[in-house]
Amino acid sequence: MIINHPLLGPRDAAEFVYLGDAALLNRPDWQASDAAEQFYDYQYLRDNPAGDHRELWYHEQGDRSWLIVARNTLSHEITKVELARDVARARKQAHG
Amino acid sequence: MRYSALKILTEALTGNKGWQPVWREPEPKPAYDVIVIGGGGHGLATAYYLAKEHGITNVAVLEKGWIGSGNVGRNTTIIRSNYLLPGNEPFYELSLKLWEGLEQDFNYNAMISQRGILNLFHSDPQRDAYVRRGNAMRMAGADAVLLDADGVRKMYPFLDFDNARFPIKGGLAQPRGGTVRHDAVAWGYARGADSRGVDIIQNCEVTGFSIENGVCKGVETSRGAIKANKVAVCVAGSSGRVMATAGMRLPIESHVLQAFVSEGLKPVVDGVVTFGAGHFYVSQSDKGGLVFGGDIDGYNSYAQRGNLPVVEDVCESAMAIMPTIGRARLLRMWGGVMDMSMDGSPFIDKTQTDGLYFNGGWCYGGFKATPASGFCYAHLLANDAPHPVATELRLDRFKRGHMIDEKGAGAQPNLH
Repeated sequence: MIINHPLLGPRDAAEFVYLGDAALLNRPDWQASDAAEQFYDYQYLRDNPAGDHRELWYHEQGDRSWLIVARNTLSHEITKVELARDVARARKQAHG
Repeated sequence: MRYSALKILTEALTGNKGWQPVWREPEPKPAYDVIVIGGGGHGLATAYYLAKEHGITNVAVLEKGWIGSGNVGRNTTIIRSNYLLPGNEPFYELSLKLWEGLEQDFNYNAMISQRGILNLFHSDPQRDAYVRRGNAMRMAGADAVLLDADGVRKMYPFLDFDNARFPIKGGLAQPRGGTVRHDAVAWGYARGADSRGVDIIQNCEVTGFSIENGVCKGVETSRGAIKANKVAVCVAGSSGRVMATAGMRLPIESHVLQAFVSEGLKPVVDGVVTFGAGHFYVSQSDKGGLVFGGDIDGYNSYAQRGNLPVVEDVCESAMAIMPTIGRARLLRMWGGVMDMSMDGSPFIDKTQTDGLYFNGGWCYGGFKATPASGFCYAHLLANDAPHPVATELRLDRFKRGHMIDEKGAGAQPNLH
């Protein structure tokens, strides 16, 4: 697989470390009354879809940026690559 | 029809005209006592033990393709019970004991060969860990032998003992481990289940469950709705997909694992050798091919094929520990979809939906577990209580904090 890094261009997937579903960015609120339940969901349960999947890749042997890669788990085709930082910032702005 | 030497002789003398198909191809009935989803090794074993051990024969096994077309036909055929933790080891030892009597039990030649498995170690701490593991195995009734470097050299003189990074200091052997003709396991269980009245229905894909008021009443399939008192899911790599249709999220990610076989060679590797420090293990099939593999690719995939970085990693590891393998040419490589659980251990459990049961999360270790998985799943289905060796293999263990994390890697499936 070739990951088209937004800053560095096409890079071999072997340079990256894989973490998992990009939903792992959405850390639950530790002060919520049902925090234990929410963290169980967050930590252990997965959608695990067969098809489109947004996932976190870390460019360990490159610029050490976290990327959100949209990839199809049936074909391995990569359709979109973003800096996780940009996605998190955009979301923060949207939610004020 | 029982298979025997006499039967082969009689058939040879009478033109081999008396052989029957090994299982029937029945149409699905409108209702069953138990429906097993997934005609792989575990599903067929479950149906077999339901019929044989519990007398429950009004059973259907539904398979979307042909039986044995998933991981039971794609693995590297190794059997062993060299686990550490009390939640796992008695279960895998039961499995190995069932393997030992399996061919007589289901009257089918599965070519079970207890040629031994050897895990190499390369440092004092690694040896200490293997001593502990060996003791845990022996306490659960399994066999384990600790070898020093000379002991390993007697068995496998061609290994690179003086490797600069991973010099071989010894190994933990399990002489009762070995290999099995994997397809024959599916066929043997299918034949045994079918002859006891189980319907094996191929080309029948389950598309959904009929769940009313929290009770599972049956399944929707590509060949119509089928009712059942109990529905037993047993679909390995497709666990996430199938359980999503029942509205369940699982502590599982599907990953791809690759395997490789070389051209046929003269006998060189007697047993199974694993080089865990370098992600490589190898055995030799009865046809002479070196069967080997390494780690999972490490990203979610349902593709049944992997990518080149892991091919490179496996081949580098192979060359590091067994330089002679460099002269062999690769014949085939393939991938299978692994249902990687969050602690690397499996599940055999009820779900929150009455009448719906789940068996999965076998990671890359499902083949060796086939007999015990079927045995314990059948026990759960028949008695609504887990088998004594499978009491820890529960879906809610993460919530309770009772993980069975053999490697201590945490909720990170690509590290197991």
